Order: sequence, then C-alpha cells, then structure tokens
Amino acid sequence: MAVHLEAEAKATDQGFKPRILVFSTNNISDPGIDLAGSAHMHYPTSVTTIALPCTSGINPEWIVRAFKQGFDGVFIASDGEECAYLTDCAERSAQIFERAQKELEEREIAPARLKMAAICSVCAEPFTKYMREFSQMLTELGPVRKE
Amino acid sequence: MSERKIGVYVCHCGGNISDYVDVEKVIDAVKGEEDVVVARTAMFTCSDATQQEIYDDIQQMGLDGLVVASCSPKLHTFTFRGVAKRAGLNPFRYTQVNVREQCSWAHTDDRLGATEKAIRLVRAGVARTRLLAPLEPTVVETVPKTLVIGAGIAGLRAAIGLSDIGLSVVVVEREAAVGGWVKEFGPLFPHEKEGRALIAQLEAEVRRRENIALFTQAEVVKKAGSFGNYVVDIRTHGKSSMTMQMEVGSIIVATGFDSYQPEEGEYGYGIDGVVTLPEYKKMLDEATGPLVYRGRPVKDVAYIYCVGSRQGEAGPHQYCSRFCCSAAVHSALELHGKDPSAHQYHLYRDMRTYGRYELMYQESREKGSLYLKFPESEPPAVQKGSDGRLLVTVRDQLTSQKEMQIPADLVVLVTGMVPRENDDLVKALKLPVGRDGFFNEIHPKLRPVETVVDGVAICGACQFPKTASESVASGLAAVTQSAAMLKQGRAELDPQVATADPELCTDCGTCYTTCPYDAISPMELPGGRRVASIAPATCKGCGGCAPLCPEHAIDLQGYTSAQILAMIDGLAREVV
Repeated sequence: MAVHLEAEAKATDQGFKPRILVFSTNNISDPGIDLAGSAHMHYPTSVTTIALPCTSGINPEWIVRAFKQGFDGVFIASDGEECAYLTDCAERSAQIFERAQKELEEREIAPARLKMAAICSVCAEPFTKYMREFSQMLTELGPVRKE
Repeated sequence: MSERKIGVYVCHCGGNISDYVDVEKVIDAVKGEEDVVVARTAMFTCSDATQQEIYDDIQQMGLDGLVVASCSPKLHTFTFRGVAKRAGLNPFRYTQVNVREQCSWAHTDDRLGATEKAIRLVRAGVARTRLLAPLEPTVVETVPKTLVIGAGIAGLRAAIGLSDIGLSVVVVEREAAVGGWVKEFGPLFPHEKEGRALIAQLEAEVRRRENIALFTQAEVVKKAGSFGNYVVDIRTHGKSSMTMQMEVGSIIVATGFDSYQPEEGEYGYGIDGVVTLPEYKKMLDEATGPLVYRGRPVKDVAYIYCVGSRQGEAGPHQYCSRFCCSAAVHSALELHGKDPSAHQYHLYRDMRTYGRYELMYQESREKGSLYLKFPESEPPAVQKGSDGRLLVTVRDQLTSQKEMQIPADLVVLVTGMVPRENDDLVKALKLPVGRDGFFNEIHPKLRPVETVVDGVAICGACQFPKTASESVASGLAAVTQSAAMLKQGRAELDPQVATADPELCTDCGTCYTTCPYDAISPMELPGGRRVASIAPATCKGCGGCAPLCPEHAIDLQGYTSAQILAMIDGLAREVV
C-alpha cells in the first residue's frame, strides 16, 4: 500500500493538487485525525484541518469563504451519534450541511465539493481513506476557480 | 487592524517534526507576518528551558499573543496556557498549532509538501491569535452540598462517603423504602452477605448522620442554575405531597436499573413454571430446604442465559448485561446447597463469569451443574409437557449436535439489566443518554463518572449493568469527583462560551429554544429593549446556537466567525 500511495502522491505532484479544508471536533474527530498521523498513515499535504468543539457550530459562510479563497473541497468530520454536547448533533450538522450546499448551488459550485462523514476518535484508517478518495474525486472535478 | 505583539515558537520535537518539516523555513515564512515580533525554533518547546525562554520573551517584549507550533493541542494546551498565565499574558490569547500529528507524522513521505502545509497552519494560527481577546474564567462559589438521586446500594454508600468528607447530603428516593434491588435479596456474591442486611446497615448509618437528609417517595422535578449553585425542586408524594426547593453544589445520579421483562411467549414466559432470574432468586432466598413450586418439589431446573441481552441488530438490548452469568451460577450454587440432589441444566450462548467469579462456575460444575451451549440461531424452546412438567428442547453445540429434550420443574430465564424509564429526570437534569439507553460518562477511562453537565455525576447501574460491588465503587468515584469540586469552595469554568452581541440581537427568539442546557434566555436592557443573554456558567461551549442566529449576533469565544475566517484566509494564502 505504501508503494501505491507514493505513486499516487507523485502522480498528483505533477499537476493539480486539490486543496481540502477539514472541520473536525476537539473531542472526537480531531483525535481520530491525530491518530492517523501518529500511525504515520499518509494523506495528501493539501489537506488542512480546523478543529472546533462541535460541527453543529459551523457557519455555512465559513464554507463559502473557503471556496472563495481557493479550497477545492470542504470535508466536515462530524461526531455522528457520539457528540457529548448535543444529542441531536447529527441532525443539526446535517442542517448546516444542507444550508451550505444551497449556498454553493447559488454560486454554481458543485455540491459534491462539500462532504460530511462521521469520524470517530479511532477512525484513522477511514479518515485517510476519505481523504484519498475525496482528493481523487476533486482531481477529476478540477480546480474550483474554473467553475 | 490593531497592532499586536505575537511570539511564534516552532518545535523540532527532537526530530519528530524537523525530520519531515523544514522548521527553519517555517520560521522564515512567518517572521515577516503582520504583528509577529519574535519567531524562533526550539528543540523541545515543552522543555523547561524553552518555557523559560517564552516566559522571558512575554515579559521583555510585552507579547500579547502566543503561537506554539508543536504537537496536538490535546497534549500541551494547559502547559502553554500556564506559561502565558505565569508571565502575565492572558492564557486565552494563545493558539496551539498541530504540526506533528496533523503534519510531520502524516506526511513523512513529502518534506516539501509538509513544510508548505506547516507554513499555512502556522499562518492560520497567527491570524487567529491576532483576533483573540483576553478571556477570564467564570468563577463561581460553590454550595457545599450534594444531591444524591436514588437510595440503592450505590446512592446510600455515596451519601455516607460525602458525609465523611464533611459535605451535606440530600438523598432523594422515589420508592417508599430505600435499598433498591439489593434490599430484595438474600445472600449475594461474593462473600454471601445478605443484600437486605447490607442495606439495613447502610440505612441505619445514613439515618444516624446529621448532615444527611433522606427523602423517600420523592422525586427531583426541576433543576435550574449552574454547577456549584444548582437549585433543584424536589416533589414528595405519599401522605403529604409538597414541593421543596433546595440549593446544591453538585448532583450524583444513582437511579439504578430495571430487570428485563420477557415478552409473553419469549422462551415460554407466561407458562406456569417459567420465571425470571429475580423471581427465582426470591424463591431460593425464601426456601429453607429443597425448592417447592406450587406444591410440587423442584427436582430439575433449566436455566436459559442471555434473555434480553446481546439481542443483536434486531433487539434494543445489544449489550452484555455482565452480572447475569455470575448471578445465575451463584443461584445454582445456592440450590446445590439447599438440595444437593436437584439436577441443574444451564443452557448458554457464552459463559462470562469474569474474574474471580470463574471459581463459582467451576464449583457449580463440580457440584453437578451441567452446561450446554446452544447456537444463537437456534435458541432453546420451552413448552408444557404431557405430564404437566416443562419440556426444554435444545441443541448442544459442544457434543453430539443432537437435539435434546430436558424435562424441568422450573425454567429460569436469566434476565439482564435494562435502563430504567426516567424520562422526566433525564429532561430535568439534561442527562446524556447513550444509544443503549443508559447514562453516558464523558470518558470511559479518564472521566468515568462525570457527565457533560458540569457537577452532575453518574454511578451504579444507571450507567451500565454492574454488580453491587462495582456499583458501590463507582458511587465512591462520584463522591471523589463531587468533593474535589466542592471542597475548594469555588470553581473556574472555561470562558470559551457563546456570547450574544446586544447591539446585533433583535430578540427574534430563534435561539431561546435551541440550547438543550437552557443557557440562553431573554434579558431586558436598561432602556427596556429585550435581547438574548447567554449564561456563561451554563453554556457548554459547543457553539451550536451560533449558526442559527439570523443576525450573526452569537459567537463562540475562541472560535468566533472572524477568527475562523481569518484562519481560512491564512490557510489559503499561497506559500511563496
């Protein structure tokens, strides 16, 4: 797998490297992302993360700003059912997600550029897989600035 | 933009970072950033020497912002907040940038890419720090009194523990008698002491103590205020029904469990002679010699395990109830003692008499108990035989795989623990309920009895199925947590909470109902205008209310819209 990853990394080196902004949560998904690093699991360096207490606090305008500034994709690493603050965190985060997608549609940005998935505190492998797949998909879509 | 003086420190982590990230390049790239007055690398930023260096810089240069780019914020946030505080810099004007777990270690294959990413991350950290306002923790004085809800074995023992430490205690019990399930029982494992004797001993002690007030036939119906200063409404039933209001500093929830009630027809439940584990235990405890059921001697007993537990995807109770294997084996030993000639058949999926209870399992086999393992897909069937006795059909996986028929005088369904219906209490206390219906702690290992509601702890079997000893142990853990908070007399709460800007608020009311902790309420300003106000001691700092405000009047301190947008801009900027 390591060889395959290096090959993939080299391939993307040649040209377009999609920029991905991840929103994580301090207690659940950010530790999962940390774990990926602790295990030296690789994902593209064009992925950068901002950690928040809870994904239900994301303002859709932040997502719009990210695309405006040249991020090609935004990934919400949510807590799923595990949020310690809000029992309806998943529903609230889904509403934020929908509001953001509407905003993107209005700006003719492909809704597929915004993704959300639950990442648990030990979800290192799933996270790196999501990042590789999302990066691959965004590479096929091309840079956001062209849209 | 106001002028700031920010210090940036990038860590080598002894090579953990600098082997994969060119830390000097990172310093070069951020040195010229607006408001950055000092930027250095350090072999280990967390070392005493570097902490001293940061301290000196803060004092000598008058830094009003600090950025440390090293490991995950989970490790050293409190270390560097401490450095800032000691040096006279507000600890909330510091940003931890994660360039190890989320950069060097994740990109050991791409030095150039990792270095560029580190530059972006540090720039985002500087951008955030530039906008950080000083925050002061909310200090609350605490009431040296704890409310214990539930007077079972865990609640009673916790009350005595709190009283020992010198805290006042109020115990509220819904039933007329204290003692919960344990008062119903005779000998319990380990040590064979009778449950009712244990409860009698605890009750006498509780009633003897002057700093414990016990209310039976009473319920907690309302909780207001915040940690350290909760105001609770307690309603008593029975002869005199009344509502009392009380101030308490913390709350311990010990509301226990319900026993699983099988459905009619589940393993023959409803047929005369098919009983649950608590029903059987009661019969055993009352018997002075061989068991007699409805006038007929009980010579053959069949136990069916895992009833109401490990139900798989379909059932609501997917967990293992943990105590029931040991409890059933213990009951079998009780019967072996009272009637050595009785035949006992244990039909199980998996035996889990964990720890020292394994010895009871061994003893029961030595005394003649027979164990038969049935496949999950083919549970035993119970029917009434032609002779009026019961007939249990089972396939034993470990021997011939042949179907066997066991005639029995009594079939014991080894029922597990299920969460107790406590909707009103959950609503009143805002208790976090897990998917299995039991109450949730913050962290199973590090904070095993605290909940997300500050000052509200859980213990005993309301958390998950526990034995009596485990319940008491968690009750005493809750005592320690409560006392640690209340004995100081004051508590500091995290100031990174939501705030509502009265200038922007239009009193539209959207946020008033959105907070499950009831932290947001309308407040009248001196001029008479009504605006939203967020109680800092009640707010949990999740920020869930902020994006719902149509006027953008709500911000989460430490994560304000302006700060996050600045971070996004910092991350997005081209590196060269």
